[in-house]
Amino acid sequence: MNTEILTLLENDARLTPEQLSVMLNKSKDEIEKEINRMEQNGTILGYKTIIDWEKTEKDPVIAMIDVKLTPQRDKGFDRVAEKIYNYPEVKSVYLMSGAYDLSVVIEGKTMKEVASFVSQKLSTIDAVNSTATHFVLHKYKDKGVLYDAPEIDERGNFT
Amino acid sequence: MIDYSKVLSQTVVNTPKSGIRKFFDLMSTMDDVVGLTVGEPDFQTPWHIREAGIESLERGKTYYTANAGLMQLRSEISSYMNRRFSVSYKPESEVIVTVGGSEAIDIAFRSMIESGDEVIVPTPSFVCYAPLVKMAGGVPVILETKFEDKFKIDPEALKAAITPKTKLLVLAYPNNPTGAIMTREDLLEIAEVIRDTNIVVLSDEIYAEMTYSGNHCSIASIDGMWERTVISSGFSKAFAMTGWRLGYICAPAPLCEQMLKIHQYGIMSSPTTAQFAAIEALKNGEDDIKMMVDEYNRRRRYIFNGLKSIGIESFEPEGAFYIFPKIGDFGLSGEEFCNKLLYEYKCAIVPGNAFGSSGEGFARISYAYSIKHITQALERIEAFVKTL
Repeated sequence: MNTEILTLLENDARLTPEQLSVMLNKSKDEIEKEINRMEQNGTILGYKTIIDWEKTEKDPVIAMIDVKLTPQRDKGFDRVAEKIYNYPEVKSVYLMSGAYDLSVVIEGKTMKEVASFVSQKLSTIDAVNSTATHFVLHKYKDKGVLYDAPEIDERGNFT
Repeated sequence: MIDYSKVLSQTVVNTPKSGIRKFFDLMSTMDDVVGLTVGEPDFQTPWHIREAGIESLERGKTYYTANAGLMQLRSEISSYMNRRFSVSYKPESEVIVTVGGSEAIDIAFRSMIESGDEVIVPTPSFVCYAPLVKMAGGVPVILETKFEDKFKIDPEALKAAITPKTKLLVLAYPNNPTGAIMTREDLLEIAEVIRDTNIVVLSDEIYAEMTYSGNHCSIASIDGMWERTVISSGFSKAFAMTGWRLGYICAPAPLCEQMLKIHQYGIMSSPTTAQFAAIEALKNGEDDIKMMVDEYNRRRRYIFNGLKSIGIESFEPEGAFYIFPKIGDFGLSGEEFCNKLLYEYKCAIVPGNAFGSSGEGFARISYAYSIKHITQALERIEAFVKTL
């Protein structure tokens, strides 16, 4: 049952335990316990809101940076990854297979700010060999949510 | 000047418009209406199925297919029916691909009904049966099913409705609009009544995938019934493919042979693009069905519970994606209830009498909507009911 709860919450974090209990045919108590348990053990890490910032005055600049690293003795990439993810402007860090090692997603107020992060902070880390910065021009879809397509119910009533 | 009343067929002129449609026209003149009226999935056709259709176009597959449909599709339908419902049909002679389940129903009627033949139509049920029977020259004999029987067909009542002129029985389960199903045990009793007659069952199984308390049972899988059953079904509900207009018939060869003539002369062949998409649907669409049915099931529980907590009685629907609450307990007719709800609380549901007079006092609510949407509608219904 817990993956079902998770899938539903991933899709809509505002579903209440009452609603979930009805939908999944469980008691409200069971649902609350299960959610609690998953919050405690770190399966559920948080609840966030999906925002189209382009529709606001605060329209941050987002960049994806491919980072190539030299692995460090004993610690592999973990130590460098830690160094990078501790910067608050870094939103995501993924270890990748393929042509580069880390994929870093960073958010800044301006392009300049992002550029300076790359040149001042990221590139200066010893283990970082090279970086390639890609700026996001427009989000079409993020976390399964479409950004531009308004939800219009075009269905007629025929059946 | 031409006098159209002299030109038009009186049978057609006297056929009423669909009551669902009537209500929709009302609704579309208003703003901010939260409707639970739509009888089609809110999912889009899964992308891999759409892609198969697109690919067929890219490859220039824009020709007619065989009258009965692409052989590959008929084979897939045959193995799907066998795999899912344990009924076997030969792709060469016992399957016809039609333009939606609707055409399947139409050609089934037209291939069998002669002037004056009676067709037993249980109601509440989808709006097409009686009009199509009449247009084929037949006489619909309405068999009312009841809330107390969970809208199943009562074998005794069925027996009483049979006359020497009875040619067909329409069986439409899982049912639109009630959400009722007929289990294997229920169908055994129907089979008992029909088996030794010359009556054919037209089993409309378009909602077969949408059952929530066990697998759908087709009456054709019951002893002695295969030879007297025509199954009509389609891709609209199971695969969210309404707009592709693709359905099918599974029936014994002597019936298919005649139905195929009507299809051949009237339609030629079903849309080729849709047929290629449907092959993909049957080959790789099982997970999509599961995903959608799981979601409908959650909504079903949600809306059933929601109505109950508002104080509206309904029996728990076990199939399709409708619930049929008893709104007659509030001192208004079904139509008054729905009109007031629409005009004063801007929530649209379909009065049950659109599906036959036995639907009076009920309303059809579709849960082919998001939980968020359903929640909004329930709030409006609750606010309205509180005033009654």
